[in-house]
Amino acid sequence: MSSRRSRSRQSSGVSRISDDQIIDLVSKLQQLIPELRNRGSDKVSASKVLQETCNYIRNLHREVDDLSDRLSQLLASTDSDSAQAAIIRSLLMD
Amino acid sequence: MNPDHHSSLNPSSSLKSRFTKTFLRSLIKINKQRPFPYCPREIFQRCHRVKTAADKSLARAAGSRRVWSRAMLCKIRNRSLRRGCQQRPSVRRIIIGYQTTKKGYCLQKKMSDDQEVGTDQASKLRKLVPGGEAMDLCSLLDEAAHYIKCLNTQVQVMRRIADIHSS
Repeated sequence: MSSRRSRSRQSSGVSRISDDQIIDLVSKLQQLIPELRNRGSDKVSASKVLQETCNYIRNLHREVDDLSDRLSQLLASTDSDSAQAAIIRSLLMD
Repeated sequence: MNPDHHSSLNPSSSLKSRFTKTFLRSLIKINKQRPFPYCPREIFQRCHRVKTAADKSLARAAGSRRVWSRAMLCKIRNRSLRRGCQQRPSVRRIIIGYQTTKKGYCLQKKMSDDQEVGTDQASKLRKLVPGGEAMDLCSLLDEAAHYIKCLNTQVQVMRRIADIHSS
């Protein structure tokens, strides 16, 4: 009971600060999404940013699925340790 | 050839190298277990194993300080436990229940205050980010940003590996 009261006190105090926090976080997300990065920073609404974030994450998931499909097929064809070593070397040099 | 040098310059490059090492190690293991899958079921299983290895390596490389990486590792562990011994689904349910009741009140408060952020989109985002169901809006946005960065790294590395293998 007392914990519920303190929790509600906390959230009413935090909600005044959290609007700015949320605006900050939404703009940070906007910078990460390629479609929204090029548009003006104040013209995009928060709900649009969230929508594009969802679409972008879904696209990334789909790409990962396609790539793992491709990789599992490629694994079957090449089976040399030297190829792995070459990959490790080239990737770590980035 | 100097990962320490890279990590001091740019934290995301050490995420990349951590993910690459772990993922390549798992790929080699998968390849050694069953080098030539014949039937379609084995092919599908292998693809699923590669994807699981990619997600697990990514979550490990991201570290345990993030909610999404912990949630992802939990999900993978539970899935393998369920497949292995058909036990302990109740443990997972209890943990998720505890998390939602803890944050449940804060969630409702924030939903009513933030009219500009649609609750529909927020709930869609919750389903996409691992562990998003039990987070408040601020953490959800923060975790989503980090998750997107890591997903980009994952796609980048996997694409390089696929390109190198296919050339």
